[in-house]
Amino acid sequence: MASVTTAHELDHAHSQEGGSWKGGSEPFKASYGKLMMWYFLLSDAFTFSGFLIAYGTLRFSVPTWPVPDFVFSSFPGGFHHKPLLFVTVMTFILLASSFTMVRAVQEGHRENKSGVVVWMLWTIIGGLAFLGCQAWEWTTLMGAEHMTIKVNPFGTHTEKGVYLMGDGHDIKEGDTFEPGQSYLIHKHDGEWAPLKYKVTEGPDAGVEKAQAFGPKAFGALFFFITGFHGFHVLSGVAFLLIICLNAATGLYVKRRNGYEMVEKIGLYWHFVDLVWVFVFLCFYLL
Amino acid sequence: MSHLSYDQSKTIATKTILILAGITIFEVLMALLGKGYLIEGVHLPHILIGGLMLVLSVVKAYLIVYEFMHMKYEVPGLVKTVLLPLFLLVWAIIAFLAEGNYWNNSRANVKNPVKTEVATQKPNH
Repeated sequence: MASVTTAHELDHAHSQEGGSWKGGSEPFKASYGKLMMWYFLLSDAFTFSGFLIAYGTLRFSVPTWPVPDFVFSSFPGGFHHKPLLFVTVMTFILLASSFTMVRAVQEGHRENKSGVVVWMLWTIIGGLAFLGCQAWEWTTLMGAEHMTIKVNPFGTHTEKGVYLMGDGHDIKEGDTFEPGQSYLIHKHDGEWAPLKYKVTEGPDAGVEKAQAFGPKAFGALFFFITGFHGFHVLSGVAFLLIICLNAATGLYVKRRNGYEMVEKIGLYWHFVDLVWVFVFLCFYLL
Repeated sequence: MSHLSYDQSKTIATKTILILAGITIFEVLMALLGKGYLIEGVHLPHILIGGLMLVLSVVKAYLIVYEFMHMKYEVPGLVKTVLLPLFLLVWAIIAFLAEGNYWNNSRANVKNPVKTEVATQKPNH
């Protein structure tokens, strides 16, 4: 049955448009634009994989790494110690915008112009909301916690010990800590103020030390990879806006191809969501 | 392009987004449970939680690519040309993570070249 249809379609392509060698038939039954979007996304997947593998390699190459549920625990409105809550909200925003994108594509298939425009507008709002969240996250990390691409104040203890001074935030003098516990070095009057502590167990027991900075690569990897993803979201929003405007003016009605442009930008938008799944995995879950 | 009716595809999209949301909530809860945030004193081995997260993320990726991006309804040739090259990453991940691990294990053997040079030159003068 299937082969009969294919043969028929091939004949159709030959007689109507000049055959395979003149660009008449579509390979893989997909239009040129859609196929090339898939291959672009494949190459983009390799780019992101390269970044995430570099992240993994550097993370494996150092003895300690900032613990995500300690680093990402702020929430708008002055809340602290809410591990992973805000990034979960961000993930849900992006997932929701992926759903509205699917709905836009579906409305396009049945040539419903107003449906396409409305669902695309929801998708744009979702994309902008995600970017807003990311802006807040970055502002908190850079402004309040002073993480930059060169300095990473999020460290992790490798020994058991007791603090000899407090930082006026969460740590008080006399607080004890275990190996694997994370800390944030604060700035006082523009100067870094690493706390002094005394090791209580192990070969260095009794030695006084000061909090060390965390692995330097963390800040650069975080800002670069989430920034690269954020830039994809930003350009996605720009393309969504253009295609939404085109749809609203009735450009795609004339083409009579089931709003294929909406489908293509939909592929891109879902890919951005797909990448976030793995950025979320590497930076926040593991 | 797809042979599903409008209502059928609408139902599939709703189902898919609910599964994706469910998996995400489960992942976050497992991450917090594993680190001892949810139940006092309960910690789970990092490798177990990590493996679970990895599998669940691949399931999420499958749902997004196959349902949302309609890969399920494309012809086999397209699916193969897009998905097969990605298997190159399997070795890339194994090789690079092993390399990173090797750097970490070799840390103790690394000597400060400046200090070593000074130490070896001293007896000559």
